[in-house]
Amino acid sequence: MLDDFFLRALVAGIGVALVAGPLGCLVVWRRMAYFGDTLAHAALLGVALALLLQVDVTLAVFAVAALVSLALLALRRQGTLGSDALLGLLSHSALALGLVALALMSWVRVDLIGFLFGDILAVSRADIAVIYAGGAAVLAVLAWLWRPLFAATVSRELAAAEGLRPDRAELVFMLLMAVVVAIAMKVVGVLLITALIIIPAATARRFARTPEQMAVLAALAGVVAVVGGLYGSLAWDTPSGPSIVVAALVLFLLGLVPLAGRRAGGGTR
Amino acid sequence: MHKPHDPHDPHEPLVALDNAGIRRAGRWLVRGVDLSVGPGEIVTLIGPNGSGKSTTARLALGVLAPDEGRVRRRERLRVGYVPQSVAVDWTLPLTVGRFMRLTARLSPAEVAAALADTGIGHLDKAELRTLSGGEFQRAMLARALALKPQLLVLDEPVQGVDFSGEIALYELIAAARDRLGCAVLMISHDLHVVMAATDRVICLNGHVCCEGPPRAVAESPEYRRLFGDRAAAALAVYRHDHDHTHLPDGRVRHADGSVTESCHPGDGHHHGRDREAALPAPDARAERREGGDA
Repeated sequence: MLDDFFLRALVAGIGVALVAGPLGCLVVWRRMAYFGDTLAHAALLGVALALLLQVDVTLAVFAVAALVSLALLALRRQGTLGSDALLGLLSHSALALGLVALALMSWVRVDLIGFLFGDILAVSRADIAVIYAGGAAVLAVLAWLWRPLFAATVSRELAAAEGLRPDRAELVFMLLMAVVVAIAMKVVGVLLITALIIIPAATARRFARTPEQMAVLAALAGVVAVVGGLYGSLAWDTPSGPSIVVAALVLFLLGLVPLAGRRAGGGTR
Repeated sequence: MHKPHDPHDPHEPLVALDNAGIRRAGRWLVRGVDLSVGPGEIVTLIGPNGSGKSTTARLALGVLAPDEGRVRRRERLRVGYVPQSVAVDWTLPLTVGRFMRLTARLSPAEVAAALADTGIGHLDKAELRTLSGGEFQRAMLARALALKPQLLVLDEPVQGVDFSGEIALYELIAAARDRLGCAVLMISHDLHVVMAATDRVICLNGHVCCEGPPRAVAESPEYRRLFGDRAAAALAVYRHDHDHTHLPDGRVRHADGSVTESCHPGDGHHHGRDREAALPAPDARAERREGGDA
């Protein structure tokens, strides 16, 4: 039953989920979901550039996502537009630019649907190597920067006052997001990356007592979603990327059930 | 081996602002601020809303870089900071115990001691956002104190706390300072709760309006012009009230730590105040500043 391509898809998906969970917690805490979306949309521009310049797609997507992060930092420092407006501007401009560029390159045949919704069943051994190498690097940097990043998440000012240099931590965090977007694109596609980052973290929140617990639980929830989604897509012949996101959603909803009774009346503010 | 320049020279200020200013959107938030905090010194910043108290504290902390002038901090200065507000979102699972370790690695014993010292030892496992205003301020104070800071910076540490809670918090701060021997830079919005133990009050209004010992500041014409005579009286009264504490058993603990049966002026425990009061013209002691754009 376990065809080779299916096993590869499982391994690749689990690799992405393990990284997306902990990073997703920071995204949720910092209210940066829209930032993840922006990077994901910008990824399509990266795909277009990769095809145009004949370079590696993952690398090009990372480069564009990193540039968008830096552009956001620079524009935000200028302080004329609010963050949400800036993100909206960058997000949809990059998506539109990517779509236009792809359409202009009439000589390349692009599987647009594959980029938008992912093509996990087509991952190669090389893709898996990239996912695990990139993922391990992201987790290592995240572990190293965890204290300043978390402190800056709770209070930027406090972290700065006590010498944790939140600027540096936040810059590195944005670059980590760019890496995750680049390696996750193959698995769930541009339009659904944010879901894989946000939903497992949101699922983990109800069961976690500490931030570190939440990060680990989010990674596990992501793994369960990937496994469940892939088997679901095999059983019902549904597209794999969206199936993974649906599985993540089901897990989130299941997480609400047992606690709903206990928490009745206890608002979530 | 003695180095010619000892960075831990006990007389070198922990932090010093030299003609420092911050400009935002074409406007000076503060300008020409000279301020220094020496080891073990308690300095209180007062001033009306928007007078640049928090901005000045952020300059001293290095959170903001000055657009003009200079800020010098001792190398590797250990700072404990209690900011004006920390908003903890529901998405963030954060217990008091984890919050204590926010910026530094601490042993469980250190955490337990700091929580016990601020009277919230039982809240170790409580979620931070479920605390009451007073408990939350205590947790913030405990976290800053657990770092064993050389400089404790408090930005309105009693906000959101009722009056009796305010007094208890100020007593905690004073006790912690005595125990750790740290310097304190405190911002107070409420004139009537400026600590009796404050060594120096700096009155800000976009620039340093006047500074000196609490009484000298309260009686200086600049201060009166800024806050009015009634505020000056409030400051003086409070200062007098809080050079001692009435203990539960009826005895009195004085600012110098000694305990007596009563608090009559003749009991020999008001020298500091008496001497200060005996000094000639108070406004001669409060340094008057020129300039600023008030």
